[in-house]
Amino acid sequence: MTHPAGPSYLEERSVRSWLFTRDHKRIGVLFLIATALMMALGGIFALLLRLELLTPRPMFMSADSYNRLFTLHGVTMVWLFLIPSIPTAFGNFLLPIMIGARELAFPRWNLASFYLYCLGALVTLFSMFLGGTDTGWTFYVPYSSKTPTAIVPVLVGVFILGWSTIITGINFITTVHTLRTRGMTWMRMPLFVWAIYGTSVIQVLATPVLGMTLALVAVDHWLDWGLFDPGRGGDPVIFQHLFWFYSHPAVYIMILPAMGVVSELVTTFSHKNPLSYLAIAVSTFGIAFVGFLTWGHHMFTAGMSTFDAGAFGVLSMLVAIFSAIKVSTWVGTMYRGSISFKAPLAYVFAFLFLFVFGGMTGVAVATMSLDVHWHDTYFVVAHFHFIMVGGSLTAYLGALHYWFPKITGRMYPERWALAAALLVFGGFVLTFVPQFLLGNLGMPRRYHSYPESMQALHTISTGGSWALFGGLSITLSYLLWAARRGRLAGDNPWYSASYEWYVPSPPPKHNWPATPCFELDPYDYTTYAPDPRGKSDVGGAPDAPGGAPPAGDAQGAAHG
Amino acid sequence: MSFDELMRRLLFLPEAATEFARSVDRLHFFVILVTMAGSAIVAFAALVFLLRYGRKGRPLSTPRVRASVWFEGLVIGGLLSLFLLWWVIGFRQYIAYATPPAGDALEVYVTAKQWMWKFASPSGRASIGVLVVPEGRVVRLIMTSRDVIHSFYVPAFRLKRDVLPGRFTVTWFDARDAGVYDVHCAEFCGTEHSRMSASVVVLPPDLYERWLDGEEPEPVARAGARLRLGGGQVGDVEQVDMAEHGQRLAAAHGCFACHTIDGQPHIGPTWQGLFGKRVALESGDVVRADEAYLTRSMMDPQSDIVAGFQPVMPTYLGTLENTEAAAIVQFIKSLHPGQRSPEVRLPEARVVAQDGGLPAAHRDGAGRDAGSGDRAGAR
Repeated sequence: MTHPAGPSYLEERSVRSWLFTRDHKRIGVLFLIATALMMALGGIFALLLRLELLTPRPMFMSADSYNRLFTLHGVTMVWLFLIPSIPTAFGNFLLPIMIGARELAFPRWNLASFYLYCLGALVTLFSMFLGGTDTGWTFYVPYSSKTPTAIVPVLVGVFILGWSTIITGINFITTVHTLRTRGMTWMRMPLFVWAIYGTSVIQVLATPVLGMTLALVAVDHWLDWGLFDPGRGGDPVIFQHLFWFYSHPAVYIMILPAMGVVSELVTTFSHKNPLSYLAIAVSTFGIAFVGFLTWGHHMFTAGMSTFDAGAFGVLSMLVAIFSAIKVSTWVGTMYRGSISFKAPLAYVFAFLFLFVFGGMTGVAVATMSLDVHWHDTYFVVAHFHFIMVGGSLTAYLGALHYWFPKITGRMYPERWALAAALLVFGGFVLTFVPQFLLGNLGMPRRYHSYPESMQALHTISTGGSWALFGGLSITLSYLLWAARRGRLAGDNPWYSASYEWYVPSPPPKHNWPATPCFELDPYDYTTYAPDPRGKSDVGGAPDAPGGAPPAGDAQGAAHG
Repeated sequence: MSFDELMRRLLFLPEAATEFARSVDRLHFFVILVTMAGSAIVAFAALVFLLRYGRKGRPLSTPRVRASVWFEGLVIGGLLSLFLLWWVIGFRQYIAYATPPAGDALEVYVTAKQWMWKFASPSGRASIGVLVVPEGRVVRLIMTSRDVIHSFYVPAFRLKRDVLPGRFTVTWFDARDAGVYDVHCAEFCGTEHSRMSASVVVLPPDLYERWLDGEEPEPVARAGARLRLGGGQVGDVEQVDMAEHGQRLAAAHGCFACHTIDGQPHIGPTWQGLFGKRVALESGDVVRADEAYLTRSMMDPQSDIVAGFQPVMPTYLGTLENTEAAAIVQFIKSLHPGQRSPEVRLPEARVVAQDGGLPAAHRDGAGRDAGSGDRAGAR
């Protein structure tokens, strides 16, 4: 694949060139592979859990095995997949290109972040060989101080993963502040960059709190210091405050990048400017800020003053408003667009429905008296899976399809992708809608066995999990096939006006042959006449006529 | 069928057994209907735009559309007032939940431990796994945990409150109708978390009186049997109580004058972690501290003197019944190595005032009784 703009970043093939790379795109791909592996692992754990729950009585797992497995599922999905996936894979790959930079601010730190991630993952998963741990991903004390299981490696592993997160966050923040090219004003940054930037700010501010808290639990468990033991003057509830001070913002670490993805997909496939760029960008920071002030809504039944509970309740309502602003803006963006219904947009549709339902059930559980019934039941489980799977994973899959041609230079098979998207959506709904009803019925979470009256709903949920697994397996299969055998995509198969499509697909090693200057905003579709050949051929080459994807006026966009 | 009843069935909610539960359900229906409508409207709008503006071939250029101020204002203002309305209603109900009504209430001390619920009332009987209350009376639960955090959850009452070690939390309910309602532990507490269940048995006044007098009315017996069938650790009063019983006997017979249960050697060896340990004797032998050894040591203390201790223990032959010795062995068995005995180490009772508090008169009672709640109710 020789391109006028120079050899692509994939050109060099030695293993060494991958393992010691400082190219943000290659590190992005490494992260993509690593996090996808972790998702597969966490998914298999989930599948086994659902299988065990097919019957009310123990089937093939003891209570202890079940407890260890749901802990492993939670830890893997939260820290090894959801938190790193979109920022480290797509953020790494795209953020420098989107702001016209040739690298991240700290390329070596970027590689270090990847290896810290691998180390953290290995240490965390190593606990499996010691029997795993059974506290749930929330590590509540005093149970976690006393558990006879191997909790310390998990805590150390997550601590190390925190470093990876912080380093990547600092790297992205610095890059956005210092490496924006000429013409790249703050108000011209692609919305995905805003989302990654906002996420990075939360990561840098919140992750240290998690690190400290987990370190305290590890010390408490290891040396029996009784830090949270009321018998020795400790307080188990203070742990919950500290834990949720991180873990509630962590929910936004997981969903904000997904929102950034949706902003890109909805504009590209509607072929239109966002209904309000400012609303989307500003609401990102509304969420990031207010998200730090709502942690108490995880503790309405745990013991806090009624006044505190009321304050956390009303602040939680505010954070939902910012999400609502985003949703209404995305839907409004389609108005008077020119919409191409491709697999990534199918995922956006799924996202809109599932995220709104998941988000509003979030408002419901933040409504304090309702939470008293729902807290720690399957209703909450269903709610956060709607956000984490229905929101984040759906957007991740949309991103994967949308940027697949950018990363590999090849197209995925569209029909297969649409069929798989349908199966993923259907499987998801079947899996998690019954769980809302189970929560209503009074099914507490983390239950290995349950009353027989609840079996019908559990059976539907387990069936749904297989459909979801089927959809994801099909997706993995055709993407692996398409990465080698798919038809060549051309530089801009989606006719997008966003900056990452100015460079060839796959991009050359240094992204831009010369420092670019952006003159159009990334969502300007007013003058865009698509290239009749279905691709633009020159992309990043400076001064090349008809180069940039938005032909006509946009030609000058990539001028060096 | 009323609208409330229809919604309740559609949403798989258990029948609401308290007035609080009914009011929470009404808010629930309001919120969940709006939620369904909201996601349907968004999905529908997206589909309409797709059908109207969808294009098979290459996309065309599009006009620049900007959100008008009224649109943004409508979205923000409309939703914010809706959410705030929910908050106001929800907060009022939460205040009711957090504040037990003043006046004459039946007080029940609840002790949670891995993995059972114990209930004791100063004016009634103590029980394990079955909370028996009269209908129509306000019941105030004063709860604490012996080990880790548990959570007292009654779905039919829409009621849940965490139960913490070293703290007393208070919650309340008033059940209008006689019936049997499930109790689950909602906070993960270890291996048998999913089987840490109990029942609330609400009895008509006459049956409740009979229960107080020592009878076992049919609903109570059935609830106990059901818990046993369900595999719960509760209801099996004799078996579970064995260690508790042993502890009381040990205290009554003065065992703790010489034996500690916190791992510190005293005049005699500590009981903590003793069971199953290999013990070196004065004679140079090493024996395993099994049931037989422990019983022998009670009945014929001079036969096996533990290395480093004086032979000062009197015999308990004829003083302790066999079953009593077995109960003490059971208690020693329950003292795992490294376990800190909550009886010894728990701080003074601290009532959290925000929970609605307790009348001062009960404060001392709570501190004294919670440790051995089952004794508090003895009449």
